[in-house]
Amino acid sequence: MTRLDVDRLLDDPRTRIIVCCGSGGVGKTTTAAALGLRAAERGRHVVVLTVDPARRLAQSMGLTSLDNTPRPVPGAVRDPQLGGTLHAMMLDMKRTFDEIVEAHSDPDRAAQILANPFYQSLSSSFAGTQEYMAMEKLGQLRQSDEWDLIVVDTPPSRSALDFLDAPQRLGRFLDGRLIRLLSAPTRVGGRAYLRVVTAGFSMLTGVITKVIGTQVLRDVQTFVAAFDTMFGGFRQRAEDTYRLLQAPGTAFLVIATPEPDALREASYFVERLSQDRMPLAGLIVNRVHRSPAAQLSAARSLAAAETLESAPTATLARPDARSNAGATAASARYPLASTALRLHAERMQLGERERRLEEHFTAAHPVIPVVEVPAQPEDVHDLDGLRAIGVELARAADD
Amino acid sequence: MRARDSDWEGVRLHVVTGKGGTGKTTVAAALALALAHDGRKVLLIEVEGRQGLARLFDCPPLPYAERKVGIGPGEEGRAGGDLYALAVDPEGALLDYLEMFYGIRHAGQALTRLGLVDFATTIAPGLSDVLRTGKATEATRRKAGGREVYDAVVMDAPPTGRIGKFLNVATEVSGLARVGPIHGHAETVESVIRSPQTAVHFVTVLEEMPVQETLDGIAELRGLAQGGLQLGGIMINMVRPVELTDDQLDAAAHGALDEHELDLGLKAAGLEDSLGLAASLAAELSEHAREALAQRSQRHRLDGTGQPRYELPLITDQMDLGGLYRLAAALRDQGAA
Repeated sequence: MTRLDVDRLLDDPRTRIIVCCGSGGVGKTTTAAALGLRAAERGRHVVVLTVDPARRLAQSMGLTSLDNTPRPVPGAVRDPQLGGTLHAMMLDMKRTFDEIVEAHSDPDRAAQILANPFYQSLSSSFAGTQEYMAMEKLGQLRQSDEWDLIVVDTPPSRSALDFLDAPQRLGRFLDGRLIRLLSAPTRVGGRAYLRVVTAGFSMLTGVITKVIGTQVLRDVQTFVAAFDTMFGGFRQRAEDTYRLLQAPGTAFLVIATPEPDALREASYFVERLSQDRMPLAGLIVNRVHRSPAAQLSAARSLAAAETLESAPTATLARPDARSNAGATAASARYPLASTALRLHAERMQLGERERRLEEHFTAAHPVIPVVEVPAQPEDVHDLDGLRAIGVELARAADD
Repeated sequence: MRARDSDWEGVRLHVVTGKGGTGKTTVAAALALALAHDGRKVLLIEVEGRQGLARLFDCPPLPYAERKVGIGPGEEGRAGGDLYALAVDPEGALLDYLEMFYGIRHAGQALTRLGLVDFATTIAPGLSDVLRTGKATEATRRKAGGREVYDAVVMDAPPTGRIGKFLNVATEVSGLARVGPIHGHAETVESVIRSPQTAVHFVTVLEEMPVQETLDGIAELRGLAQGGLQLGGIMINMVRPVELTDDQLDAAAHGALDEHELDLGLKAAGLEDSLGLAASLAAELSEHAREALAQRSQRHRLDGTGQPRYELPLITDQMDLGGLYRLAAALRDQGAA
């Protein structure tokens, strides 16, 4: 297993974008924040973009609210000599969508689009809008060139792959033939084409109308008419950002926990990244259980606990043991030791299971650098907690 | 013999939600197993197309059809009931729907090839939800020979962040046809969901964010509950038993454990290098104690909801059928099923 050198990645001025991806609940947001903080404290000008509406980053960075503009994180860089800075922002996907509309059409038309019920549903709940807008925002931040490192936390989607696929899906959808066919058939390709599709088309609109109703269909039509000039642009933008992700300077970090589902997702993602020639920096495995007393195996530890619990006290070397207390379990004498031994055994078993799961991954992807972050006994919700995670992320490289 | 009856007598549709990473699917499966006792027939429905159930029950990917995947635990000579599973995808559900209301399954299949289903569920996100919840409520109400086909239906629902929208079907599709089949369909679905026959359970682990999302989710559903949405239990997953007394917990959390006593105990157990080992084990105990105290305060936050709590042990070895039965037994012992 190759170890991931996190500090080298963060310190390298050529690293301009770090994308943290992985399935839900693996600690992406915390990892992204910890990486951003560490990079800033090592002298870089960093912005952390989180896409998670649960305001987790806000909490872990001690901010009460995040909006669509980057805000400095108070108390983030303790040593000003280093010259680093840290900003954080939370993506407001609807706002970002609105801004694109406003920037690309005259005020009247923009107002018309923003008020359209179909647009409102599209911009707030289409599966993929969040990912598209995250990409869009990333592109904007990169273009502004105000930061030399952007750390992105990807949306909490079901599958890590959604982050790569969803933006193009939205682009394709808005630019798609079906939406045009349905809303403005004459635009598609002249009369000859129209004649060919007419029979199928009337059946199609018929069913669509039955299923979604005429009102929605009308909304879609108004929306398409107003949005017309922007369609091509949408796909173009998605493709541009996709290329940005392939460019040198971008590093993907796949985040997982030592659980079957999370590691399976990580595996899919890694394969997909290599297929699309996306630059993968490594795998971060969060919440790993390791023991400082690994030399004592689970089996020996359990056996020792049983010795304490079953042996009569008289046979144990305790000076004040009463000789007539043969029936008293020694654990009554050494409750702490027997508890400690049982806990240790459990921890070793858990660690062993995690190691096996990780081995499935590393066996399939032997060249991918990995770093493990130990499970934290308490939740991380302040900068010190993030710093501690940063230390753990960087530690593996020194060992 | 069980100490008490199930806390959810009369509930036939169990909706299970939870934050990603909390083991929602596993708990839904364990609940379904637990409900499949005394020959009761139970259907477990997956709606997110991830084939998590097939992996859990170690069977090939589930088709859009009800398949038997297991047998509930037998108790005191009484046989366990049959457990069926179904993976609902919006496409299959839409075809079902078209057939049910228009008898046009064949045309529907042609539309699928055109990508129309994707399109329809895309421009009307509520549609996909109502189709999926519709399948669950249909199975709940389905009758054969005058009695219900399933004694209980368990739905592995979308995560906590989406559950309010997902269950608020009628409102979500109100933008669609205001009259007509979809509207009627949504109303039927909602009449089941907002009845004493349905309960929504939350799966969480004792960490800050999942607990927060659970509290937010419960508050959201309470807001929607004027129509009678019944909140269920809070299933606390992956609980590690606390092995220390309160005094020991406090001492350990503050690094003030009696290492000498530990050392003596390790010596007595015949372990070499007891001194070095004692320091390492004390460090482990300290982490265990801090975790236990943090979990205690999270559990305390959940108390405020007033919903019944069920605790499921962390399965430290590989999660397999054996583990699932253990979780099912824990749910049954605590009265969740």
